[in-house]
Amino acid sequence: MTISVQQDDFDLGFEVTALTKNNIDIGAVVTFVGLVRDKTGGTLLSMELEHYPGMTEQALAEIEQAATKRWSLNASRVIHRYGNLKTGEQIMMVATASPHRKDAFEAAEYLMDYLKTDAPFWKKEHFKDGADWVDSKAIDDAAKDRWTS
Amino acid sequence: MQLDVLYFAWVRERIGVAKEQVSTTAVSVADLVKELSAREERYAVAFQDMSVVRVAVDQILVPLDAPIGGAKEVAFFPPMTGG
Repeated sequence: MTISVQQDDFDLGFEVTALTKNNIDIGAVVTFVGLVRDKTGGTLLSMELEHYPGMTEQALAEIEQAATKRWSLNASRVIHRYGNLKTGEQIMMVATASPHRKDAFEAAEYLMDYLKTDAPFWKKEHFKDGADWVDSKAIDDAAKDRWTS
Repeated sequence: MQLDVLYFAWVRERIGVAKEQVSTTAVSVADLVKELSAREERYAVAFQDMSVVRVAVDQILVPLDAPIGGAKEVAFFPPMTGG
């Protein structure tokens, strides 16, 4: 169960290899990678990611602990970047390792749903003609709520 | 009571600073919001719709009516948009 909040990019293959190394009980690994996407068809220059140092790490650790209690996980890895990222760059990743795929899939979705609403990150999109803070979405709250209903 | 007050994202931009020390007699987060809003226009503007502002006391998310007695740090920010 390892969390990193960093400016640097990451290598998914390296992270998965490190996650599963020397653990022959793992039968399934699920990964998710979030990328900077241009919804406007070519006017997005970059995405600025701000976070709350200290609280971010604490919130991510709590989310990861909750997932570990709920599913049978051998290991998990969360990396979230901050700073100025260009279109197409990797923003974050989640990886879950479990004896079986169902736990790995569900835990990865749970981590993503809670990370989106409970980890203090904010995105600002910089366009050719201005900049805007990304609004939170009701659909993200609904995605999180399904785990408690 | 002396508090570190932190602001993030557009709340920070509207208030104009990322962090400041505040002397306050506020008992709850809601009191602190009222007190700051009465001090200067920029706070009133940032806090005009508290339904789009989230609060953390000592780095834990709390509701607006949460107490701040003994707290070291209060932070105001918009709903999170990570991932």
